[in-house]
Amino acid sequence: MKRYAKTHEWVQVQDGIATVGITKFAADELGDVTYIEMPDLDDEFEAGEIFGSIESVKAASDLFCPIGGKISAINEELEDKPGIVNESAEDRGWICKLENIKEADLKSLMSQEEYLAFVRE
Amino acid sequence: MPFIANTDAERQEMLAFLGLDSMQQLWQKAHVPEPEFDFSQLPAGISELEVSRHFNDLAAKNGSGLVSFLGMGHYDHFIPAAVSDVLIQAGFYTSYTPYQPEASQGTLQAIFEWQTAICRLAGMEVANASLYDGGSAIFEALTMSMRSTRRRNEIVVSEAVSPIHRKMLDTYCASLDLKIIPVPARAEKSDIAGILAAVNESTACVIVQYPNVFGSIEDWSSAVAAIKEKGALAVCSAYPTALALLKTPGEMGFDIVIGEGQPLGMPLSFGGPYLGYMCTTNKLLRKMPGRIAGQTTDSRGRTGYVLTLQAREQHIRREQAMSNICSNNNLCAVAALVYMSVLGKEGLREVASLCHDKAAYARQRLSAIPGVEALGDSPFFNEFVLQLPTDAKPLLAELLKKGYAAGVPLGKYYPGRERQLLVAVTEKRDKAEIDLLAESLEALL
Amino acid sequence: MKLIFDKSVNGRRGVRLPASDVPAAELPQALLRSQAAELPEVSELDAVRHFTLLGRQNMGVDTNFYPLGSCTMKYNPKINERLSALPGFSELHPMLAQLPEGIDYCQGALQVLYETEKLLAQTCGFADATLQPMAGAHGELTAVMMFAAYLKAKGETRRKIMLIPDSAHGTNPASAAMAGFTCKEIASNADGDLDLDELKKALNDEVAGIMLTTPNTLGFYESAVAEVVALVKQAGGLAYCDGANLNAILGRIRPGDLGFDAMHINTHKTLSTPHGGGGPGSGPVCVAARLEPFLPQPKVYKNKDGSYGLSEDSAQSIGYIAPYYGNFSVILRAYAYLLMCGGDGFQRISENAVLNANYVRERLAPWYEQNYERSCMHECVLSASRQGAKGVRALDIAKALLDKGFHAPTVYFPLIVPEALMIEPAETESKQTLDDFCEAMIDIAKQAEENPEALKNAPLSTPVGRLDEVGAARNPILRA
Repeated sequence: MKRYAKTHEWVQVQDGIATVGITKFAADELGDVTYIEMPDLDDEFEAGEIFGSIESVKAASDLFCPIGGKISAINEELEDKPGIVNESAEDRGWICKLENIKEADLKSLMSQEEYLAFVRE
Repeated sequence: MPFIANTDAERQEMLAFLGLDSMQQLWQKAHVPEPEFDFSQLPAGISELEVSRHFNDLAAKNGSGLVSFLGMGHYDHFIPAAVSDVLIQAGFYTSYTPYQPEASQGTLQAIFEWQTAICRLAGMEVANASLYDGGSAIFEALTMSMRSTRRRNEIVVSEAVSPIHRKMLDTYCASLDLKIIPVPARAEKSDIAGILAAVNESTACVIVQYPNVFGSIEDWSSAVAAIKEKGALAVCSAYPTALALLKTPGEMGFDIVIGEGQPLGMPLSFGGPYLGYMCTTNKLLRKMPGRIAGQTTDSRGRTGYVLTLQAREQHIRREQAMSNICSNNNLCAVAALVYMSVLGKEGLREVASLCHDKAAYARQRLSAIPGVEALGDSPFFNEFVLQLPTDAKPLLAELLKKGYAAGVPLGKYYPGRERQLLVAVTEKRDKAEIDLLAESLEALL
Repeated sequence: MKLIFDKSVNGRRGVRLPASDVPAAELPQALLRSQAAELPEVSELDAVRHFTLLGRQNMGVDTNFYPLGSCTMKYNPKINERLSALPGFSELHPMLAQLPEGIDYCQGALQVLYETEKLLAQTCGFADATLQPMAGAHGELTAVMMFAAYLKAKGETRRKIMLIPDSAHGTNPASAAMAGFTCKEIASNADGDLDLDELKKALNDEVAGIMLTTPNTLGFYESAVAEVVALVKQAGGLAYCDGANLNAILGRIRPGDLGFDAMHINTHKTLSTPHGGGGPGSGPVCVAARLEPFLPQPKVYKNKDGSYGLSEDSAQSIGYIAPYYGNFSVILRAYAYLLMCGGDGFQRISENAVLNANYVRERLAPWYEQNYERSCMHECVLSASRQGAKGVRALDIAKALLDKGFHAPTVYFPLIVPEALMIEPAETESKQTLDDFCEAMIDIAKQAEENPEALKNAPLSTPVGRLDEVGAARNPILRA
């Protein structure tokens, strides 16, 4: 089950591994994504810390880590094909995975319904 | 009123269209208060003819015709006529930033060509459209290094980097959370061992100059490898003309190469405008400040050029931008491109060779004067240090009276070097001028 | 067009150099580059023709009406170029003035600097000025660095917040950040002015100052500007005037009289120096008396006997922001322009700039949305929101204008106006040109109603059509 941050990242936890990306809403707002600045493997982040950034032709946005943990994987496919984020923001367009996560951070995030209500405002 | 087209009648017609009788009413409608200051206190306007006379008078008050051996980063090189001729064309000098690429292909392609030329000269992978000058470029390289190495905030700077540029760096860094670690020069050389000893896990970058401020050419290859080994970036401020001959900063492994582009076709003009150039690696591209032109295609498949990677810049990223730079020194970069084109591959190399040959002759000729010594045994490009038997300053003043700006006295910048003179020689100096300088100096001793 | 590198022919030479009259000197092989730099090998004609044709692919003020908002694309008088190229100026090494007795050889140049500083300070209502900043944004940086030094000298280093309106140029927050400040955005109100309540809420003892564009970037004169400045100063902050829009108030309002502590001037906007396809600029900064000790060095001064000197012994100066005295040859052009205009000319400049903009605004009012119903200053900001209903965006209108022989206005700025079209005609343009431009804009508005799809294909008359910017950013090709 996905959880959502006000800064427009989503996180999905499975078997202790958190997968993180940006929401479809955020991807649509940015327009054609041209570049994603990825964190390094093994970098550690607290929830709310900046772990990278995402750029389109006319906009740039920081990426905030929705959950504390250590980077265990990044989506290398996005390096050559950042447009995948526009095609499939919440699936194939995932950005990174974290291990050693702080599951308690999930509590302060929103459900999908809450997030959709949040962006409608 | 010059430079204003509309007549009083036309203005009245336009005001009537706005439903107004007078300009006064328009000012009121726009909520602009009455002037507090009486602008008629300022001098009244004068004609083109009068301003020309005034400027000619002022220009005549400046010492022209001096034979110059001044350098220290800004040099008296020959500029082919074609350079200035190209620049005053309407398309280059009366256009602005290429926000509409379809109406600005000239500027964009020129930037792309400039980026290509300076990368080839420096042996680097990517370059930007330009920065203001060599000094501000060093600062931009410094902040770029801090962005790239994240939490590191110490900057190791060789004191064999131009003192003019280091003073600028001090000013720019005064309010920032970083520490500059200066490493004194050893005689006319950079203290490479001292520099390496200063690098630690907090070092964001090491900044050196090539050739160094005393003119010495140093091979940084192994030092650069050691700097990178410790996770810091290696930054080189390089004299572009020298690069036509010398091992390139790229070959030596530098991460960021910046420098003063003035020698590539810009007049000295009492301080500017000059040209800051900046090159880096593909890896660091996204951390580079400044405008960048990229090649792309239009809907019909035709090749064209656009400003690209703009998400780094202030108009998009605001306080998180890589730099605040907006207007840069575009026309100067075009000047450098035209200069490199009309001189060409062989011509620029020839300029560099002539500089070196003439400097070698001058060094040998001047150091043959009894009591005058050329310092250091390093290979040098077109600048060298002379040790005089007495304080350099009064000698320089005497030589000025004889028509020679003989060099830059180093005492002002390096205490203890009061008897030293930094002499620069370009392709514009001929043997007779060098011989006469030597004779004049000898006569004063 | 082919690149200059593609026109290269092995062995072809351009300019000839004099033969050497000294013995050849060798450098150690290990210090030489392994291969020659692959610069073009072309004749002088090849190069001149290439660059002449390239130049023709640009629109410029000399060839096209160029109403690029916020950039003041006024005419660049030709005499400026001639005068700045006089060898007595162009061949002068800046170090000469710093040699013992070298100052005697630079008196004309120093007089230019001295008189220009004085003229600018008087014209803008300040105590003094520096000409060292090398562009407008560099002037902003210089000024906020002086703010930082001033606050430090007063022991008020906790003041780290710079207030910046949401309508500001991106350079303002970027400059503040480069000087170590953090930025706080202040909203504009429904009239397009800075929201005074928001400002009051933001003021506290951590505020370093405010950066305020006057007139603002919506092209409005904020009648409360003096009040804004007073509020910030009462709260212990400093007030900075972004002088990007000085052309609108030249000869009428002096920002110094409004209480500002500092302002920069873009010489390429207000003072007719060339825009050069993006620079070089020059960004003189004027300061009030309390900031004078912090001005950059060296500083030019005038002796009792009328001669000029340079000093660099101010203990509180922020130091050196340029290698020498600023972009001198740009300053020469600005100085020539100042002298030709004179005190009597300044007001004619702002009057005509404001009248031209209001004329365009009024003529286009029936066709384009205006988010604020009020008279503008030197530029008017329209919105393409009405055309948006037909799927036509500000960008499409910009491209359609290129086909009609006009450069486009600034689009999508200020950020607070959706689909913004920011039109700044400048005072040097005639009513006939403005009428032609307005006709073109009206044509486009009609076309947006009747045949919006056609606008999507514009421009068709330029050397290339719309370019793939996404592709350029995804797979950067940045050199040949």
